[in-house]
Order: sequence, then structure tokens, then C-alpha cells
Amino acid sequence: MLLVLLLAPLLTGLVRKAKARLMRRQGPSLIQPYRDLRRLLGKDVVLAENASWLFRVVPYVICAVTWVAAALVPTFATGLLFSWSGDLIAIIAMLGSARFLLALAALDIGTSFGGIGSSREVLFASLAEPAMIVLVFTVALVAGSTQLSTIANVMFAEGLRVSLALALFGFIIVALAENARIPVDNPATHLELTMVHEAMVLEYSGRHLAMIEFAAMLKLLLYVSLIACIFFPPGMAHGEPSLRAYAIGAGSYVVKLAVGGLLLAGFETSIAKMRVFRVPDFLGVALMLGLLGTLLLFVSRSL
Amino acid sequence: MSMVALVLSGAAALLVLAVLGVVCGRTGAGRPLIYGGSLLVCIAGTVIAGMSIAGEPSTIVLPLGLPWLGAHFRLDALGAFFLAIITIGGAGASLYALGYGRHEHEPLRVLPFYPAFLAGMTLVVVADDAFSFLFCWELMSLSSWALVLSHHRDRENTRAAYIYLLMATFGSLALLLAFGLLAGPGGNYAFAAMRETAHSSTVLVALVLSLSLLGAGSKAGLVPLHVWLPLAHPAAPSHVSALMSGVMTKVAIYAFVRIVFDLLGPPEWWWSLPVLSIGGTTAALGVLYALMERDLKRLLAYSTIENIGIVFLGLGLAIAFRANGMAGAAALALTAALFHAFNHMLFKSVLFFGSGTVLVATGELNIERLGGLIHRMPYSSAAFLIACLAISALPPLNGFASEWLMFQSILVSPDLPQWGLKLLVPTVGTLLALAAALAAACFVRAFGITYLGRPRSAVTEQAHEADRYSLAAMIGFAALCVVTGVFPGLVIDGLAPAVHGLVGARMPPQLSLPWLSIVPIADSRSSYNGLMIFLFSASSAILAAFVVHRLASRVVRRAGLWDCGYPGLGPLTQYSAASLSQPIRRVFGSYVFRSSERVEMPAPGEMGPARIRKTRHDMAWEMLYEPIVAGVAFASERLNMLQFLTIRRYLGFVFVALVFLLLALALWQ
Repeated sequence: MLLVLLLAPLLTGLVRKAKARLMRRQGPSLIQPYRDLRRLLGKDVVLAENASWLFRVVPYVICAVTWVAAALVPTFATGLLFSWSGDLIAIIAMLGSARFLLALAALDIGTSFGGIGSSREVLFASLAEPAMIVLVFTVALVAGSTQLSTIANVMFAEGLRVSLALALFGFIIVALAENARIPVDNPATHLELTMVHEAMVLEYSGRHLAMIEFAAMLKLLLYVSLIACIFFPPGMAHGEPSLRAYAIGAGSYVVKLAVGGLLLAGFETSIAKMRVFRVPDFLGVALMLGLLGTLLLFVSRSL
Repeated sequence: MSMVALVLSGAAALLVLAVLGVVCGRTGAGRPLIYGGSLLVCIAGTVIAGMSIAGEPSTIVLPLGLPWLGAHFRLDALGAFFLAIITIGGAGASLYALGYGRHEHEPLRVLPFYPAFLAGMTLVVVADDAFSFLFCWELMSLSSWALVLSHHRDRENTRAAYIYLLMATFGSLALLLAFGLLAGPGGNYAFAAMRETAHSSTVLVALVLSLSLLGAGSKAGLVPLHVWLPLAHPAAPSHVSALMSGVMTKVAIYAFVRIVFDLLGPPEWWWSLPVLSIGGTTAALGVLYALMERDLKRLLAYSTIENIGIVFLGLGLAIAFRANGMAGAAALALTAALFHAFNHMLFKSVLFFGSGTVLVATGELNIERLGGLIHRMPYSSAAFLIACLAISALPPLNGFASEWLMFQSILVSPDLPQWGLKLLVPTVGTLLALAAALAAACFVRAFGITYLGRPRSAVTEQAHEADRYSLAAMIGFAALCVVTGVFPGLVIDGLAPAVHGLVGARMPPQLSLPWLSIVPIADSRSSYNGLMIFLFSASSAILAAFVVHRLASRVVRRAGLWDCGYPGLGPLTQYSAASLSQPIRRVFGSYVFRSSERVEMPAPGEMGPARIRKTRHDMAWEMLYEPIVAGVAFASERLNMLQFLTIRRYLGFVFVALVFLLLALALWQ
């Protein structure tokens, strides 16, 4: 659980660095996100005059909920201590809680930036969440479980399947949308009309902003770990692991994260951001892929 | 005294209160007497329901009603569960009304009917023959109709009440016919006799199924029979709206469950097809309607339609599983459906109570004119927020627990052998997920525009926090949402006897599991622990706040909001409810509502304003009801000429009719 806390900013730093290098820039150092967080934590909070208690409570709740969700995803070993307290559906729903609260906090101050961010975020969520649930159906029907540890264990033995290939594509699309990455949203933008996530957090500053930034980093790590755990489990320690298996698991986890981050950076550099009203089509693809995968599995368990 | 006799005496006490309401409605003692009395009766009823939910069914026959039949009453596990929904919801509404009722201008229009409405609902779930069932059903319908009409000077309300009356009559007619078919030519109107009869004819079973879908569905608000609901529920005073939305729709679900799971005998798999498809459609359409609505109470009424759809979806799954002999899965789906019905009673009551406090505080329900109420109504807004989180199916609250069970039961359904179901179930599963996500969007909008932001009009300036009774009801129910979300095993185990009686199996006992997890089938398959998630999230949030405040910075500076260099941006530059849902309207509405937007720019040099025109169609009205209305008008226009005939013609008609009837009689024998 502590592992995800420590690694999350590093992954974000890696993505930023890789993107910068791909654009032939030097880029900030890998540990710049840690420095950013420290800087933000030390700063005063500048609150708008009409901010309510909700606005001040939400950053901590979002950060905590995202962290608990991230801690429920197996990283380097399958036998997670508390994995029984929430399954894949619960993890998605917890991220949904965090987003619900952030969308509310964005509306709290009463600027049109918050409104625009909130409005677009709930639009994306209203497609990304069902897509994710249907994709989970696909994976759960293959594994016979929604419990992530069990899924990872089953996936060791699984070969290639049509439904899983569909699910992987769907997962990647949803992960891009959920993490506010290009082509859905641009994490580096400060142009008002294109912002979604950034518009929602525009009024936040200081330690509150640090919490929200950190939650976003955790979420990115969560999605990379989730895809790694479901679709690329090799290397994870499972069964009755020894210390050596744990070491291999940890090593392979770091490698998977690095590969995931680099792929993300490559993808983001090679594609342009979409118009807002193209995004529903993009997410609709994920929904349809998930539905197709689920239907295939309803028709035949072997597909 | 047996349990059912206690329930009957409770209902009798409520009816006495109704009479007292007529007598002392005008005096100052009327309100505390009626609502306080209802509160006490409801609390007693909750205790009775809790005691009898696991016990043996108790029956009683009273010498009332049809002389050869008597009035049969029976309290079994299913009835006790729904009795608990009614009495808990009734207790909350009565407590709320102790304070809220003070703002009623014409208490005599509310006080007599309120206890009668509660009595009618209570009697429906213990009635054990068709006659008393329909009688109590009508008592419930008519008393609620009177309550809808209590603010009768508003033309909208009289229209709502008229449509409600029509739909209620139609629903009762459908149920009457369904019971007639169930009773058969022998006229066995007692439910016990109906249970004994084997209903083998497919046509008859299909008729009963569709009639009960029409009858119960029109009361519950299934699409396309829902049109009266968003008109009538908001028209009543808020505590009655809470009862109608939170409780009366559950009585309709009870009627459907009683007929289809209990009286109609073992199901066939095809019964589930209409239930599943109507349930899925209702869930998705209800929430889309809610997203377009700007009247807070109407929005809540549309969201009720969505939740009823979810419950029916679970019932459809339960029918499919039971018909295929998968008793465990059927128990899971039925538990999910009934659990969701219970949860919906809790959070929808809080939401309607909240809308009532907003109405009292501002006199306004159009959310476009509200905003910033969180500062003036801190406690009621917190309760409203919890209910919003719960209804959006977010953990660790109760709405998520029941929808999680629903998803788990969908994941068992590939084992169903029929192709129709194999194709339908994933589709309705997607609709369920879509409805849950859209509900979250809908309640971001409802809470965000009403309570957050800057005030959009002057009406919020005088707003004040609600009175003690209203707050107690809201906070109490919000706390119950948390408790049933964190300990879902409590409700699941409470439901076990009712579920076992209907599908012959129950979910494994949950309360004995370590750490109070819920495990629907097996540990390795899926488990969820609301308590853990709640504790982990809460403790890490508190820890994070503590550490940050201790070790980093704790300074707060207040400043103006970020205005992008344009000072003095007024509250009207905020996002409004319509603009918040505009993207969703554009994405989904073009199919569902055939909605469109057109921007009309003035010609260059012209001084006129630019306009944006939105159009939106309600397909249920346009495709179904308007043709019916037109047909009725056409037929009455034609038949109108019968009024102006000569006496010879009338005599001729009588003669022809007589000959015709005699011929029919002769052919019959």
C-alpha cells in the first residue's frame, strides 16, 4: 500500500520526461513531481470568499479514496492482504465517488470554469463508467470472479482470447479518458476552452491542490497497475511465494510501470486532442468493445 | 394477539387519526396530534415488522367485505419486509411533517388524508384475498389522489391529479382483471386458493403477467406508464411526495412480486423477457428525463422511475434464474432487487425532505434560480449530499451495495440456457451501468446547482436552516443510508426469509462472516466490505488532513474568485442547470428526445439579440398518449350524435339490441 504512495509521482515524472524527450526538449527531472508536491504543501491556501466546507474537505477525501482504491489493486504479488474488502467493481465505483466529489467541488465557487470542467467531466464519466463496467464483465466472465487477486491468478493460465483482446483495447481507451490524457483531455493545457480536469481544479491552491494532484498521480498508477495485473500478470508472485518471488515480482512491476509510462508518452505525443463532442464517439468504441466481448462470452465460454 | 391482528389494529388507529384529522384539522392541536400519532403507530409497526419477518405467517379472517368470502389478512415474511419499508418511510415522513406541516396553508386538505394513505398502504401488504387487496389498493390510490390535490388552486396540480386519477383507475382495472383470471371461473378470490390452483394455460398466464405489469407498473412508474408520476409526486406536499415516491412505488412492487412470484406458480423463462426489457428501458430513460429537468421535485420523481426500473431489472433476472432451476442465483437477484427497493425508500425520502426544506426556505423549486444554499442550510445540505451519493450508487453507501449485488447476479447469467436471455442480459447490464453513471451526473447537477455556487437569484437571500423535526428526519435517514451501506449484511440477512419463501433458496448468511463482508456466492468469486472501505477511506482522509496540517502548512487566506482579469463577473455567468447537462443532452438527447438546438444570429448591423432555440420532445406523450386522447375525442365526437335522435330511432335501437342479445343467448346455449 505504501509502495503506490511512493511510486505514483515517479510514474508521472517519467511520463513527463519521456514526452519532453520525444519533443526534443530536455524536460524536468524525474523527481520533479515530488518537488512540486512539496512546494505546494508548503504554500498558503488561497480560498475564494464563498468557498464552503465541502470545497475544503473534498481534496483529502479524494486523495484517501483514490489511495484506498489503488491499494486494492495487486501490484507485485497476487495475495493482497485486504483484497476481499473490495472487488474490481468496487474499485471503479470508488473512483466514481472521487470524481463525483471533485465535480461538486468544481461547482462550489461558482465560476464558469468550474462549471465547464464539471459538465464535461460528467459527460465523459457517463460513458466511461458503463464502458468500464462492461469491460469488467468481460474480464470477470473469463476469470469467473471480480476479485482482482483471483483474476490475476486465472490470467496466468489464460492464452489468447478474442474477448480479452477486445477488453484490452477498451481498457486502454477508458484509462486514457479517466486520467485526463490526450486525446480526451490535455494535462498540460492552460487554455480555458480545452480544459476539463484542469478547469475543475482551477480554484484550488496550496495543500489542497497538492492533494488533488497527488490523487491524479495515484489514479494514473492505478490504471497502469490494473492493466498490468489483468492482462500482463507474468512476473507477479503468486501461490506460496518466497522472498525471491517477491523480488522478481517487484522488479517486473517496476518494469511494467516504466513500459506503460513510456507507451503512454509515445501515444500522447503522436496524437492530437479531440474536440469535446468527438470524445463520446471515442468512448462509445470502448463501450461497444466491452459489450461485444461480454456477448461473445455469453454465447460461448471459450471465446 | 397475533401479529397480523396487531398490524390491523395499527391500521385502524391510523383510520381513527384520519377521522380526528377532520375534526381537529383546523385547530392548532391537529398537526402534532396527527403526525405525532402516525409517527408512534409507524414506530410500533416497524417493531412488529421486525419481529414477524423471520416468524411463521399469521392469518386472520374478518367478517367484512364479500359475505361469502370474508376479509382475509395474512402477514408473511414478504409482507413483513414491505411493512418495514412502509412503516420506516412513514415514521420518517411523519417526523419530518411535524415541522414541515407548519407551513401548510390549508391543513384540513392534508391532515385527514395523510393517515388514511398510510393505513391504505399498510393494509395492502397484509391483504390476503383479491377483494380486500383491491379495496385497500383503492384506499391508497384515492387518499394519495386527495393529497396530490391539496394545493388545488394551482392549475398544474389539478391537471396532475386528473391524470393520476385516470392512470390509477386504469391500473386498478388491470389488477382487477388479473385477479379475476387468477381466481378462475370458480371465483376463488382468496390468495390461498389461488396459490393452490395450477395455472397451466399459457395464454392465461401471459395475460395475467401483462395485466400485472400494467397494473403494478402503472403505479410504480414503468416506462411508458410513467407519465403521471413526475406530475403527481411533486404536486403533493413534500412529506407526501416522499411517501409516494419512496413508499407507494414499493407497494406497487409488492403487488407485482406477490402476483408473479407467489400466486402465479412456478415461472417460465419467457416471463423474464418483458420484465427485463421494460426494467432496463425504464432505468435508462428515467434518469435521462431527470437530467433534463429543472424543477427539483420533478427531477427526483424522474429519478424514482429510474430506480423502479433497476428493481424490475433485478426481478426479471430472478424470474429467469428461478425458471431455470438456479435457486441460488435467483435468491441473489431477488435480494438485490428488494434491497434496492429498501435503499431507495431511504435516500429518496431524504431527497424529497431536502426539496421541501428548500421550498420552505426560498419558495422556489426551479434550480436555475437557486444556488449557494450550502452556506445557509449546512445540516440539511449535508444530509442531502449523503443521499445524492447513495442514489448515485457510490461506495461505501447503501445504493452501491444493492447495485453491486445486481452486477454480481448479472455475472452469473451466462449459465442461463436460453438464447434470448443470453443476448438480452448483457444489454440490460449495460443499461444498468449506464443508468448508474447518468444518475451520478444527474445528482452532481441537482446538488451542485441547488446548494453550491453563488446564489442565482434573490430568493436565496432569506433562506434559513430547516426546523428541528425536519432536520432530525433528514439526518436520521441519511445516517441509515450510511449504516445499511456499511453493514449491508443486516438487510440481506433480514431479507432471507422473504426470499426463501419466494424462490426456495436464500443467500448465504452474511452477518457471521469475518469483518462483516458480503459474499454472494463464494469468497474467491467476489466479496465486498463496505465497513473496511469506509474505515480505510475515512481514516486515511483524516490522517492525511492531520499530517498535512501538522507538518506542512495550515494557513488559509481568503481572496476573490479567479475572474480571468474581468472583475465583477455576476452570478449569472455561472454554469446553469441547463448548461451543465447540455453536453449530455446533445449526446443522448438527439436519439431519446429528438432534441435540437439552433442558434439564430441577427443579421449584421441589426440590433436584435442572438437567440438559441432548444426543442425537446417527450416521446411517451407524443407516441402513446396523444394518439389515445385523439382517439377518445374522435370516438366521443362520433357517438355524440346519439344524443340528438328521435324517439322512433331510440326505440328501433332498443329493439335491435334486444333481438341481438336474444340471438346471442340462443347461440350460447
